Order: sequence, then C-alpha cells, then structure tokens
Amino acid sequence: MTRLSIPMASLAILAIGSAALAIQPPHAHPGELEVDPYEASNAHAGAAPISDPAVLAAFNGEAGIARIVDGLIAGIQQDERIEGIFRATDWPRLRRTLNEQICYILGGPCDYTGRSMASVHADHGITTAEFNALVENLQDAMDAEGVPFGMQNRLLARLAPMHGDVVTR
Amino acid sequence: MSLATPVLAQGFETGGKLLLTRGISTVEGAGGGGLSSWALITGNETDRGIGATAHATQVELDDFRFQAAGFAVGLHDRFEFSWTRQRFDTRDAGAALGLGQGFTFEQDVIGVKLRLLGDAVYAQDSWVPQLALGIQHKSNDQGAIVRAVGAADDSGYDVYLAATKLYLDHSLLLNATVRWTEANQTGLLGFSGLDDHSLQGEFTAAYLVSRRLLVGAEYRFKPDNLGFATEDDWVDLFAAYAVNEHLTVTAAWVDLGSIATFDDQRGFYLSLQAGF
Repeated sequence: MTRLSIPMASLAILAIGSAALAIQPPHAHPGELEVDPYEASNAHAGAAPISDPAVLAAFNGEAGIARIVDGLIAGIQQDERIEGIFRATDWPRLRRTLNEQICYILGGPCDYTGRSMASVHADHGITTAEFNALVENLQDAMDAEGVPFGMQNRLLARLAPMHGDVVTR
Repeated sequence: MSLATPVLAQGFETGGKLLLTRGISTVEGAGGGGLSSWALITGNETDRGIGATAHATQVELDDFRFQAAGFAVGLHDRFEFSWTRQRFDTRDAGAALGLGQGFTFEQDVIGVKLRLLGDAVYAQDSWVPQLALGIQHKSNDQGAIVRAVGAADDSGYDVYLAATKLYLDHSLLLNATVRWTEANQTGLLGFSGLDDHSLQGEFTAAYLVSRRLLVGAEYRFKPDNLGFATEDDWVDLFAAYAVNEHLTVTAAWVDLGSIATFDDQRGFYLSLQAGF
C-alpha cells in the first residue's frame, strides 16, 4: 500500500497543479479584468529574446525589471501626452504583461502570456508622437534603475520595430 | 486648438520626435551632420505634423571665417525645405589674394529633400536604411571673381542620395551620402571649371553617448575643379548636444584642407540649432 501511495500523492499534486492552471488562463488572471480568450505564445512578445546575459544583469534581473515597469507605469499616469490613452487600462494586467514581456525579451526566465502588439493596440489609434512619449517614459524608468544607456538601447532596439504594430493613426 | 494657432499649423501636429532624430543643420542648411546631408528630415514633427529649425553656424579657420544661417521646414517627416545663407570672409587672405582685406563671398543655398523609403530609427529589425533624395540650388554673389579664378558659373546645383541608419543595438549612427556636384568649396568659389558635375561621397559615423549627446566624425570627399587652387576633402570631429527638444548645440574640430591656395585650414566649428 505504501508503495502505491507515493504515485497517488504525486498524481494528486499534479491534479491540483493543473486545476490551479485551469483557473488561471492568460486571459483571466485573478485581480484582472477578463479579456476574450486567446492562446498564449511567446511569439506575441513581438521580439526574440536577447541571448547576452550581460543585458539582463544590467537591468538588475527580474527585480530591476519590476521596478522599471513600476516606474514606467507611474510615468505614463503622470504624462499628459499619453495618460488619456491609458485611462481605461487594467493596470494589474498591464503591469504583469509588461513584466513578462520585458523579462522575456531580455532573455530572462519568463514567458509572455499577453496578446500580440497588433491585437492589443488595434483600436487605440496611437500616433508616433505617443509611441515616442512612451519610449521616453521607459528611458526615464531605466535611468532611475541605473541601466547604462548602451544597455537601454539593446532593449529599445528590440522594441522599436513594434512601432509598425502599435502606431495605427 | 486655441485661436492663436497659426493657420498653417491647423490640422498639423507639432513635436513628438525623439531627441536628436531630426539631425543637426549642415553648413548647407539640410538636416544632417555638420558637413554632410543625412536622410533624416528636419524639425520635431512626426508623420502627422509640421516642424522647423533655424540655425546659425560659425567656422573659425586659420585664414578664413565661414558663417551660415538659415531655416528649414519639415513636413510629415517626409519632406524638407531649407534655405541658408553662407558667408565666407577672406580676412587677411583677401589682401594676399588681391581681393582686398576682408573680401567676402556670399551664397544662398535652397534645398529640398524627400524621404524615399525606410526608417532610420524604428526599422531596427531590417537592414534597409532610411533613404532620401535631395537637391540644393546654390547661387554665389561674386560672379566676376569666381569666373576670374576659373569657375564656369556663379550658380549651380547638387543632387544627393543619403542613406542613414541608427544601429540602436550598438548606439551607433551611420550615414553615407553620394552627391553629384560641381560646386567649388560648396559653391563659395563658384561652380565647375576644369570639370563639371562629379560624384562625391560623404560619410558619418557617430556614437550616441546619451539621449542628449552624439559624438562622431564626418568625411566629405570634394571635387577639385579649379586650376589656381587645390580643393581637399573635408573632415570633422563633432559633438552635438540636445539641450532640450528645442535647442541643439554642436561643436566640432574641422579640417577643410587647402582653400584658395591657403593650406591646412583647420579650426573650430560652432552651431546653434533651434527648432520645434
């Protein structure tokens, strides 16, 4: 009996694990507004990961990324050029998906579970000037985290081509 | 939109470009480096707007003083119009050349530039540079003198194709321009002479130290059409600093080589560019 109970317990844990996953698909995280179902894929991050570990280190890892995202969000909320675009934003979801996206692109141990840049921004009517304003807020947040300028540009080089999917007006 | 908004600006947005991505003003007025025209379009406007810049530039050489001032307008980050007046003061050299102490050549340069394709800043996933085609019409105010020294004309035009790309991964900006020109010392010593239009290359490599500071070097090949004097290629080392979105200050060390028989014309270049 004891020999059987171990795999039984493992199965039980697996069942709990998959149950936990089942109630947390990418489009319905607790504490976030529900969005229409979609399949999560790292391809939606819009850029391939940077393989050089020095870049992630320059961002001070996941903790640094979290501080940068917090700074970026605080900057957006105070930036009169773009705060209006984000007024109806689900901030917890944006915070989570931005963390995932930046961590993934910087080569960190993260998967991006948000939607593609094109589908997220399709209805927002964002202009190049507003895209650039967001870049400036991200630069400010990276400056505050002490990320060297050249390392900032390694990330921005991956984000810049998203201009085509984000700018729709 | 307020009542004070100029009629021209209604329906146009102003501003919105990232720092330094409008380029600085060249000695010929186009958006670019100091000596070389780039494919970037002047002004802070984006694809939805209008922008403009004004510049004042002074180059203090061993035997000459070169000044340029003008303005440029950018439309939709697509089209650029520029006007610049150049002034070339021969100082003591004027007397030695028999022109008279402080004899001064002046020239107007009117330029247009059209961005053909590509995006130097955003297309980081593509090797295609931003490409622009430009034309500059130049007219010199000393027709008799420039003909006397061997030039064929007191006015002429340049056509250039510029390719500019920002390699953001390396914080590096590269530009290559090919110019079809017959201008002697950009036209200050007239146009054509021993030869007519020829193709000349211009190259820039610059490193982005910060959002505000760009340092780099330029090399501009020059024609050599005058019999009485040799014309050399131009070289400079520059630093451009964006004080804010409106003001950029550029300082450079320049080596313009031999000008009107006076060799080794090296000196200091200072340019202020204001814009929106």
